Amino acid sequence: MSELVEIRWHGRGGQGTVTAAKVLADACLSGGRYVQAFPEYGPERAGAPLRAYNRVSSKELRLHCPVLKPQVISVVDATLLDAIDVTEGATEDAIFIVNTSKKPEELRAKLKATPKQKVFTVDATTIAIDCIGRALPNSPMLGAVIKATGLVSLEHLLEDVKKSFGKKFSQKIIDGNLEAVRRGYEEVKEG
Amino acid sequence: MPKPVAVTGNEAVANALRQVNPDVCAAYPITPQTDMMQRFASFVSNGQVDTEIILVESEHSAMSACIGAAAAGGRVITATSSQGLALMWEMLFIAAGDSLPIIMPVVNRALSAPLNIHGDHSDAMGARDSGWIQLWSENAQEAYDNTIQAFRIGEHPEIRLPVMINMDGFIISHSIETMEYLEDEVVKSFVGEYQDAYPLLDLKKPKSYGPLILPDLYHEYKRLQHEIMGRVKNVVLNVAEEFEKISGRKYGLFETYRLEDAEVALVILGSAAGTAKDVVDAVRDKGIKAGLLKPRLFRPFPYEEVAQALEHLKAVCVMDRADSFGGYGPVFLEVSSALYQNGKGPALINKIYGLGGRDFLPEHAEAVFNELNEIASGGSIKTIKEYIGVRQ
Repeated sequence: MSELVEIRWHGRGGQGTVTAAKVLADACLSGGRYVQAFPEYGPERAGAPLRAYNRVSSKELRLHCPVLKPQVISVVDATLLDAIDVTEGATEDAIFIVNTSKKPEELRAKLKATPKQKVFTVDATTIAIDCIGRALPNSPMLGAVIKATGLVSLEHLLEDVKKSFGKKFSQKIIDGNLEAVRRGYEEVKEG
Repeated sequence: MPKPVAVTGNEAVANALRQVNPDVCAAYPITPQTDMMQRFASFVSNGQVDTEIILVESEHSAMSACIGAAAAGGRVITATSSQGLALMWEMLFIAAGDSLPIIMPVVNRALSAPLNIHGDHSDAMGARDSGWIQLWSENAQEAYDNTIQAFRIGEHPEIRLPVMINMDGFIISHSIETMEYLEDEVVKSFVGEYQDAYPLLDLKKPKSYGPLILPDLYHEYKRLQHEIMGRVKNVVLNVAEEFEKISGRKYGLFETYRLEDAEVALVILGSAAGTAKDVVDAVRDKGIKAGLLKPRLFRPFPYEEVAQALEHLKAVCVMDRADSFGGYGPVFLEVSSALYQNGKGPALINKIYGLGGRDFLPEHAEAVFNELNEIASGGSIKTIKEYIGVRQ
């Protein structure tokens, strides 16, 4: 990936999207990289559409504004595809990662992705229900995002999830999330 | 060795306060400051600091409690935003007038009405005449570094004044960025033990704070405040020099970016200065000789130094994230005064941007540089003060 990677997350309030962006930033610190993670703050309601952003760069990050031309777009809730234009500003070689049980080919058509753009899908909600018992798709989405982008290794991300979740949650929830990250990483499909 | 961490501005400043371990903290929660004081309160409950927290029912009481504790001889902190700072209004002048070095991070936020919780500079700009020293920060690292240096500046025996450390609400307070902490012990030894020269609680040497002073001496008292403010610049520079030795990071009265050989420049405070630096690089690649000046010490304002840094330019735009309705923007007023006294300087325009959290985008800065370039090439100034980034 290039010197500066800009990521836009699309989710709904309560799905852990902002947490996912924060964990990703922390994991990307390795190798002396500079990181940013920030949500778009609005009226914070469960279920309302929200955006969050990451920047990862080998150079010091000075920009303090939303990501307008994302190279990576992570859609945590596929119902947003009918509500907003998730492709807005996407670079010509953008990578889309969508939480859906549908095949990547179907999503490619729906997103009207160009041949240079990559489309990945992962059934993150089902994985989350299997591993955590709740429809919290953020952990499997993290696994899928790092597989699709190669930003950090799976081992590194798992370490970081352990660290971030370890402060707040029980061992059972941590183990469930680690398994969810791993499955997201393994089950994401490109098409 | 310190290693980089990814934290929010609020977390960074809360940790600076933990490392300093002040005696007393009286604060009232307000967005976007809440999360900083909540973190600090956990440090208190977890026994990581010895600070006594005073529960209060408003910011007016928070500042009143800080004034009492500081007069008693304690090292005292609080933090606030927006309406909270506005509610402290009368007590701000008392803290400064009584020469009490209270340290207060201000997480800058818009003022009501209409109600808005997002970042702009209206709160702190409204308090610029209160007698407080004001430091401004671009990012989490600077907010952290400024907070640590603020103790040394405010508590300096020749100064003894309260200090506000400003950082942009949400944009910095709630965004995660890469920064580095200093070791706890390094910070502790840098700020040292605080010894108040005139503690109220020293019962052997009784003294009085905040007495009635009538026309016979009030004027002289205020003249003294003016004089003390005049000493601040040097102390800020000396503290910065010492801070560089422990951190490797350089601070001054302001920062310049590619200004030396520039023809046009922005003067811009806070987080937007970072975005604008990227644009300076981008427009330089297109042939515009652009530069930037980012004020750090806004009160007292370093008039002579700012004028000297800008005098060689052809056109400058002063960017304000606050408005003085019926007047020019507050930073513009200062830069304008500095250049008038200097006798020579660039053509000057004023843009109001980013109120109530409106995004400041690279395209906004680029449009301003294009306008400055036209003025520098002999074009006339169309409007002195103008809002940018306005939805039509």
